[in-house]
Amino acid sequence: MSAFTALLARDMRIAIRVGGGALMGALFFLIVVTMMPFAIGPDLALLARIGPAILWLGALLASLLALDRLFATDHDDGSLDLLMMGRMPLELAIAAKGIAHWLTTGLPLVLITPVLGLMLNVELGAMGWVSLTLLAGTPALTFIGLIGAALSVALRRGGLLLAVLVLPLTIPVLIFGVAAANAAIVGPAPFGPPFTILCALSLASFVLGPIAAAAALRHGLE
Amino acid sequence: MAVIDLANPTRFLAVVNRVLPWLMAATILAFAFGLARVMYAPDDYQQGATVKIMFLHVPAAWLGMMGWGVMTVAALGTLVWRHPLADVAGKAAAPIGAAFTFICLVTGSLWGRPMWGTYWVWDARLTSVLVLFLLYLGVLALYWTAEDPGRGSRAAAILALVGAVNIPIIKFSVEWWNTLHQPASIIRSGGSAIDPSILMPLLIMAGAFTLLFFTLHLAAMRNEILRRRVRSMRLMQASRA
Repeated sequence: MSAFTALLARDMRIAIRVGGGALMGALFFLIVVTMMPFAIGPDLALLARIGPAILWLGALLASLLALDRLFATDHDDGSLDLLMMGRMPLELAIAAKGIAHWLTTGLPLVLITPVLGLMLNVELGAMGWVSLTLLAGTPALTFIGLIGAALSVALRRGGLLLAVLVLPLTIPVLIFGVAAANAAIVGPAPFGPPFTILCALSLASFVLGPIAAAAALRHGLE
Repeated sequence: MAVIDLANPTRFLAVVNRVLPWLMAATILAFAFGLARVMYAPDDYQQGATVKIMFLHVPAAWLGMMGWGVMTVAALGTLVWRHPLADVAGKAAAPIGAAFTFICLVTGSLWGRPMWGTYWVWDARLTSVLVLFLLYLGVLALYWTAEDPGRGSRAAAILALVGAVNIPIIKFSVEWWNTLHQPASIIRSGGSAIDPSILMPLLIMAGAFTLLFFTLHLAAMRNEILRRRVRSMRLMQASRA
């Protein structure tokens, strides 16, 4: 087993076991979406119109939740130092951690989206498309978040600092995610352009996120 | 004098002390000249005297963006060349750039009230300037939370570079979002060409504000160097006691 898959498997195992909090993000997502109708009223027509926006905002906030633990636990128990000294490039190690993080916190969000969409009166036929936008967009959230997680662990500060740093950078993902979801439900704009840009954002952040996060860790923890 | 010679803070401080009075005098002269031209600039036939806000608003917008440019260059200096002054330059530029961006937002809002009938619209330009301001606040938050100035500077340098890559993407996506939601934009793109009687004072004011930026930036860099000296002297004192 290569170091990359070993790290991936280790991180997923930690996330799934007790105290890992893999499903906490999905639970938070469920609660946020449940709170929305209390704030804006149970009008089903209105909910159907702003449903994609609520789903995307909920997913954005939920994916932020677990991020500050991503490097902090490894830093506390010293395994981050081992990763930095290891032969595998730090960028690759961070990419492995990012993938594991997305599989355990991002993917559950995508999987429960259809259920939450039902509660928000999103059309059944469009539900697959809305889930598809989340599937394409949540990796971007995770990999942009990696940068914030690395910066906040380098400064030994967590929590709100991370949200302040990361949220403005996720604006493009939110814009194109909601645009693609809306295009799938109501049209008339085509689904293709915003969706492909969303995929492009995910791919670009998949490359740039680990590089920037590795630079932040190297410069911050030396 | 090469850039590398300025790496010595003492030498840099000597240069700053020699240059700063001249820069200040140039700034004051440019403002006096520019404001005099602004006074005699004609009112707009539609907007009346409110067009005078532009002479503050437009330079502030330019300098808000330039502030991030200065931070990006300083970030490269910090991360690539490890130039000790690049740290200081980046840290000094952040609050100044944030202040100009804030001035741009406030004056734009005050100008918008009589002209558009509202303080705020979710126009593409307004929104992207607001996001730029939020990014500045993120950088400032990094500086505030860092215990060790060197560590904070390196973290902020990485954020500045990430922002430099992201700002064009954000700008582009906000424009897409805006055209998707409200096709009738309030700010006319292209618009009518500005009359020279207004354009000249605007350019002079932009020059004056740019001089002000660099005056403030140099002064802030000097203060930051002195602040770091005070800090290390205090640390030495504390370790001796």
